[in-house]
Amino acid sequence: MDTYSVLREFAGSWGLVFLFAFFVGAVLFAFRPGSRETHRDIANIPFRNEDKPASDDEASVDLKEARS
Amino acid sequence: MWDYVKLAVLGAIVVLAAIAANYARDLAYQVHAIIILAAAGGLFVWTLRRTGEARPAPETGYLDGVVRAGVIATAGWGVVGFLAGTFIAFQLAFPQLNFEWAQGYANFGRLRPLHTSAVIFAFGGNALLATSFYVVQRTSAARLWGGNAAWFVFWGYQLVIVLAATGYLLGQTQGKEYAEPEWYIDLWLTIVWVVYLLVFLGTLMKRKEPHIYVANWFYLSFIVTIAMLHIVNNLSLPVSIFGSKSVQVFAGVQDAMTQWWYGHNAVGFFLTAGFLGMMYYFVPKQAERPVFSYKLSIIHFWALIFLYIWAGPHHLHYTALPDWASTLGMVFSVILWMPSWGGMINGLMTLSGAWDKLRTDPVIRMMVVSIGFYGMSTFEGPMMSIRAVNSLSHYTDWTIGHVHSGALGWNGMITFGALYFLVPKLWNKERLYSLSMVSWHFWLATIGIVLYAASMWVTGIMEGLMWREVDAQGFLVNSFADTVAAKFPMYVVRGLGGVLYLTGAIIMVYNLWMTVRRSPAKAEAPAMAPAE
Repeated sequence: MDTYSVLREFAGSWGLVFLFAFFVGAVLFAFRPGSRETHRDIANIPFRNEDKPASDDEASVDLKEARS
Repeated sequence: MWDYVKLAVLGAIVVLAAIAANYARDLAYQVHAIIILAAAGGLFVWTLRRTGEARPAPETGYLDGVVRAGVIATAGWGVVGFLAGTFIAFQLAFPQLNFEWAQGYANFGRLRPLHTSAVIFAFGGNALLATSFYVVQRTSAARLWGGNAAWFVFWGYQLVIVLAATGYLLGQTQGKEYAEPEWYIDLWLTIVWVVYLLVFLGTLMKRKEPHIYVANWFYLSFIVTIAMLHIVNNLSLPVSIFGSKSVQVFAGVQDAMTQWWYGHNAVGFFLTAGFLGMMYYFVPKQAERPVFSYKLSIIHFWALIFLYIWAGPHHLHYTALPDWASTLGMVFSVILWMPSWGGMINGLMTLSGAWDKLRTDPVIRMMVVSIGFYGMSTFEGPMMSIRAVNSLSHYTDWTIGHVHSGALGWNGMITFGALYFLVPKLWNKERLYSLSMVSWHFWLATIGIVLYAASMWVTGIMEGLMWREVDAQGFLVNSFADTVAAKFPMYVVRGLGGVLYLTGAIIMVYNLWMTVRRSPAKAEAPAMAPAE
């Protein structure tokens, strides 16, 4: 088969399945248990570090908070 | 050492540009060679004068100089682009404005790409550069990666704009809408864009926040996708290394499909994804509350980027493009309505509990209206992509109206909002110079858009109906010139809408200028860090 037909066949079958599964996976991952706290933390990022970059020790505190 | 490398490279560019200017086969190429020669020569002297001097210690704060430059460029190019647009609107209403003495340089055909590129790539592009650099630093809690690479991106992008604009006036084009610049400008933009991607990614890599804020996802998808679109749509072979002209690698319907895959995703990723990045940062900041639903923003992101990329074929209904392809484009365009409105709801609901701010803060009013126009044009777009509707709307002024309610309403207003937010922050001022001027800008711009969109709906649908009108024998009733004559009043109204919009933008520039010059400086922040 010529390249076009091979690619066309792949795009319409496995390619489509892969993209759709990836999308569904991304949505399901957003709703995973325990995501609420993480998302609340991320949503508040714009209200931190307005004037200067975080120094290294501040950042490690943030990291710990986010993980706990 | 680095300085000597720079000098050698700049010197080589000067020599090569001089050779190119000498052997140039057309005027646009020659002018461009001279512009490049002047820019590289100036840079050479500037670098030479600083070579071997001690460098100040590298700074550790945010790199905001390039953001300030981007804000100035956004405001400046914005006024230029709106002025060009208003002028060509009147050229359509009053053809006498295509002056005889300026034929071949300043007639509608030459100025139209100047207008579109100035507003989309110069005004919108600089807004995206400036805000993405600002947002990625704040939300990563890290200084921009790559030292002065961000400055290279900024000035390299301005060079693209200058080359593109002068090229249009001198008749240089590769005939692809929104991708008119010729091969060597495309190559230069590719280099600049790759450095932009590196700066952005590098900053994300060294972020101090554990997560990547959603605005950065949108900005990153915009940068990556534009790189891909730009390269594929501009695959061409120059006829001569000393001339502008190049020949497209694709031909016929493949070329058309590639062009509209590019064209629609320029709308989807440049004018939508990138500006959504702005929305997800500046609306929460101005409303002083986090985004309504972070989960919705994640779904918004993935749905938007998975769907937008397929919508291009709806530009080619009833052409040589196979039916299945244009149906695919149509279906994806209609599905796209959902994530678009999800994003609109997310932006608007961010104000829930703070709606009273609408009464007191004209900046947030601007942002809300911008999201409203986003919702309106993302409803209108899917509707117009349906084949039956498209048979009426395509090639008429309805399309132009649709584009402008998106561009003036959504892109323009969110950018104005971001500029009003950024200028006091960047120049360390307490507040804007005048809030009542912001209100004036808001109303002038809003009324201008309403005049524009309404007149284009009327003239577009009228034109579509006149074109398809047939008499009892099946002959066309109207000639093309009949439709042109019938459109005259609407064209004048559209031009007036443009005048209002332009006036608002000039008021904004004055207000921002006076903010920098006259507004009181921000009081010293207390030394204590807030307890978190």
